[in-house]
Amino acid sequence: MTLREVQKILEAEVFVGYDQLDIEVKTAFGADLMSDVLAFAKAGSLLLTGLTNPQIVRTSDVLDIAAIIIVRGKRPLPETILLAEELKIPILGTKYILFETAGRLYAKGIVGCIETVSATREFS
Amino acid sequence: MNSHETVVYENTFPVEGKSFNNAGQVSTQVKALLQKMKIPIKIARRAAIVTYEAEINICSYADHGKIILRVTPEEIIIEAIDEGQGIADIEAAMEEGFSTATERIWRMGFGAGMGLSNMRNFSDYFHITSEVGKGTRLKMIICIDDKHLGKQ
Repeated sequence: MTLREVQKILEAEVFVGYDQLDIEVKTAFGADLMSDVLAFAKAGSLLLTGLTNPQIVRTSDVLDIAAIIIVRGKRPLPETILLAEELKIPILGTKYILFETAGRLYAKGIVGCIETVSATREFS
Repeated sequence: MNSHETVVYENTFPVEGKSFNNAGQVSTQVKALLQKMKIPIKIARRAAIVTYEAEINICSYADHGKIILRVTPEEIIIEAIDEGQGIADIEAAMEEGFSTATERIWRMGFGAGMGLSNMRNFSDYFHITSEVGKGTRLKMIICIDDKHLGKQ
């Protein structure tokens, strides 16, 4: 689905990337621990997180995350918005908690970027 | 690992210690540089991940540090060298979940004791040395040629 449809489902506010709402997304990963995002998230996925600092943008840049969804009604810090604009990574914000955000997206066809963790090395 | 191989690119990036002001900036630069060199995206991404975790460690624990990027036709070599508190027990530090992180580091989304194991997992060669009160040196190599993947 498009990021625009994601925005609709989550009744989300767009903080960065009004002009990027037509990108396609199929998968997502949710975590507040950036090291876990680095270890498990895959390129092209949505990142669902409750963090608001610039490291969510750096992590997304490193992994080629398609867009960041900030959950629990939090707002990105000003420096986070600036960095996301520079690196062209969309940031949306939703009032839904992480569980609801994931559930609502899953019900509409977005799946996890991985289902379970693997004991062997896998790179995307 | 052929250390005598032709280095086609080399650069040293300073990293500010004990500050998250610019954390991740070097990784962004490293990834962009590697992509400009037409290195396959999967390889560039792994190099960026290990650079980022190394950078976060310097920003978290060291007084100051630097990251050296070297690229040969076959390998990406990333070294992270810092001056600072060092690591007392490397074996313990390498275990997932071992951490000495402070609240400040946690708030950034790190500090869960995953950094060193992530660096080891995403690189083809990983070596760490450290001296308490002096600092830590990390060397990581990522093979550019796909057929070398998984070689330790």
